[in-house]
Amino acid sequence: MAVSRKPATVPDFSPGLFKRPTTSRGLVSWLTTIDHKRIGILYFVSGLFFFLIGGLEALMLRTQLTRSGLHLMSPELYNQLFTMHGTTMIFLAVMPMSAGFFNWLTPLMIGARDVAFPRLNSFSYWTFFFGALVLNLSWFLGGAPNAGWFGYSPLTSKAFNPGLGIDFWVFGLQMLGLASLLAGFNFIVTIINMRAPGMTMMKLPIFVWMTLVVQFIVIFAFPVITIALVELMMDRKFGTGFFNPNMGGMPIYWQHLFCVFGHPEVYILILPAMGIVSEVLPTFSRKPLFGYPVVVASGALIAFMGFAVWSHHMFTTGMGAVANAAFAVTTMIIGIPTGVKIFNWIGTLWGGKLRLTTPMLFALGFIFMFTLGGISGIMHSMAPADAQQQDSYFIVAHFHYVLIGGSIFGLFAGFYYWFPMVTGRMLNEHFGKWVFWLMFAGFNITFFPMHFLGLNGMARRTHSYDAALGFDGLNTLATIGSYILAFGVLVLVVHVMYDIFNGKKASFDPWDARTLEWSLPLPVPVYNFAELPEIKYRDQFWFDKHPELAHSHGHSTGTADQADHLAGHGDASSHHVGHAEHHDDHGVHLPGQSWYPFVMPLGLFILVFGGLYNSLTLAIIGFCIVAVGAYAWAFEGIGGKHIKPEGQTWYQ
Amino acid sequence: MVSVAHDHAHGHEEVAHKEHRSTPIDDKKLLMWAFLASDCMFFGALIASYLVYKGRSLQGPYPTEILNIPLTTVSSFVLLMSSFLMVLALDALRHDNIPRFRLWTAGVCFFGSIFLGFQVFEFVHFVHVGLTLQRNLFGTTFFTLTGTHGLHVTIGVLWLLSFLIASYVRPMTKKDAIYLEVAGLYWHFVDIVWIVIFTIVYLVEFVG
Repeated sequence: MAVSRKPATVPDFSPGLFKRPTTSRGLVSWLTTIDHKRIGILYFVSGLFFFLIGGLEALMLRTQLTRSGLHLMSPELYNQLFTMHGTTMIFLAVMPMSAGFFNWLTPLMIGARDVAFPRLNSFSYWTFFFGALVLNLSWFLGGAPNAGWFGYSPLTSKAFNPGLGIDFWVFGLQMLGLASLLAGFNFIVTIINMRAPGMTMMKLPIFVWMTLVVQFIVIFAFPVITIALVELMMDRKFGTGFFNPNMGGMPIYWQHLFCVFGHPEVYILILPAMGIVSEVLPTFSRKPLFGYPVVVASGALIAFMGFAVWSHHMFTTGMGAVANAAFAVTTMIIGIPTGVKIFNWIGTLWGGKLRLTTPMLFALGFIFMFTLGGISGIMHSMAPADAQQQDSYFIVAHFHYVLIGGSIFGLFAGFYYWFPMVTGRMLNEHFGKWVFWLMFAGFNITFFPMHFLGLNGMARRTHSYDAALGFDGLNTLATIGSYILAFGVLVLVVHVMYDIFNGKKASFDPWDARTLEWSLPLPVPVYNFAELPEIKYRDQFWFDKHPELAHSHGHSTGTADQADHLAGHGDASSHHVGHAEHHDDHGVHLPGQSWYPFVMPLGLFILVFGGLYNSLTLAIIGFCIVAVGAYAWAFEGIGGKHIKPEGQTWYQ
Repeated sequence: MVSVAHDHAHGHEEVAHKEHRSTPIDDKKLLMWAFLASDCMFFGALIASYLVYKGRSLQGPYPTEILNIPLTTVSSFVLLMSSFLMVLALDALRHDNIPRFRLWTAGVCFFGSIFLGFQVFEFVHFVHVGLTLQRNLFGTTFFTLTGTHGLHVTIGVLWLLSFLIASYVRPMTKKDAIYLEVAGLYWHFVDIVWIVIFTIVYLVEFVG
């Protein structure tokens, strides 16, 4: 079969509107890409960009709160800023950065060539992109949304909020929700159906498990916010009475719908970071993850219980003693699997040969700060205590400990860890550690004082406070901390920009890692695996490299006969004699690039503007683009080409 | 060997199917199951909204005054029978019986359209007697819930019509049955949801 190394192009039967793009360079290649690795980069870079935007909004808020009685901005602008800060950080920063990891890592970790539906994957990204655009265009088109990221009724009703801001929020979130849902379906199918031969569910890398759990939360939680937003849109556009007390509607019903979504959403934000940390810690402790099955089960239990705790956001709304007690109990229960995971991570560290690299520092910082945030979370679960803490800065401190100390530190651990794989260059460890310590110090100086401010009665979402309350000192400290945190992020951006082009070239498997993705050469070939690997053990790559360790850690790898098997073979390469898929006859199939995953979200974008400005013409144009795009997509087919991978495969 | 490679390159769909999968379930079918699980939550939220506001309308028309059980029973029966035709259509395609496949698929579309026709008639009648989206909470929740279901049926009819048209444009064989099966899953699900809606919105109203 050494006959031809020339790509054999698959004939394209489709009567496409566009000529199918084949370029691998330039703007068009990025707009039409269906490669999960490129889409992962798009997601992560977008997420990082919006993280900076959301951070700037936060700095403006903190600056306004430096001292009592300041008036650096109007209260109206302050409302818009905290609304957009929350919405941006949740939907446009943490979720897309997590999606970046899902995209990059899932197929590589399970030994697949791409996700199950590559074009749908691209569609998800561009729908997210245009949804983010809708949200942020509101700044320039009559004012940003101003009712908080939770959008409590009746703050959002037409009578009290007649501007377009809320409509931008509603339509933008609908697009983001659609993107998340479709990505959810896609990754569920990918993980269930595209695992490499022999990779059973209990041999999946823990990050893939957490990805799967997150996707299940997404597909069950997002429909609820979608319906809530539809009902809000009906109220605002067609005068229905869902949340209108004049017609008998109940504003509290919005809170229920929103929190049924909103609480699972926080697990959507934290579980990917937990998955990343569960990969980083074993690598830099040179030990397998302690209690893998328990971590998996805890993740699943968190997802399940996540749907049974929503009313703890509503303890002060007068639900009654029975409901308060019930949700207090479920909330305490959900603390158990979360706490178990913390012990798993500590158990992983225990007795390990620790290497304090930048990713490891971020992972350790994650454990420390997430634990603090978790403890204050358990304090809220007691309804009487929560009555005192509700809507105070204590809550702000709590969720920033889990979302920055937790999600962001976990994501940055992953960023420093997998950066060499994506770019082929190492990040500078010296600056990396500076970034970590600046962010760690800045974060704690900002948010630790807020615990005291909150318990002393400082209300959140408030534009200014009185000097007589005595909040000045701690607020000034918090603002100074926020600038240190921001400086840390600035150092990150600068040194990453430098290292992308000038960093030290990454060698093969630079961290001595455990999971399958590191078995690939750098840069990762477009087809990922020339031949699908055959998996016999959890952490297969690690034991291939260190067969002598199989005896001491045999218990962690799932199968009892593994130690014998490895002892019998001795050298790593012998495991890969038999490959499940013989590509010899037609090479590796690469699906073709496509315009439609970009064109259809563009149509949705136009449709949304038709809805925003009550323009039937725009709506019809947008709808037609979507409809034509859908049919063209369907008849376009998978297309693509077959290529012959070069000789090497498994690892060099 | 070279000629084998050439043949494979022509049936590109086929090549894609030959790739390794961990379960015997087709990707597209698994995707549809995941979507339907999610769709349960869509309808769950809508039905919850209906139940939360049940009996809280401040002014008429009230459900018992205008709901027409015999009429809706007929349209419900037609919709359920369309599921039967859906099964026949899939069976025909699996046996490469294209004329029968066309007949039964057209039947599903026709029955689905009859159901939609009844719904349009019902909506028009309700508006005529004064029930609108803005009139009361019954109107608000009823039209939103049944309208969303009607939208699902409409999408289903258009989807199945696309199969019918496609079968005249290019050859269709039993290899395409998986696509029809996925559409069929969707269609059956939409029917099942209607059973729930018909019970909760229509029948329960007249109990006791």
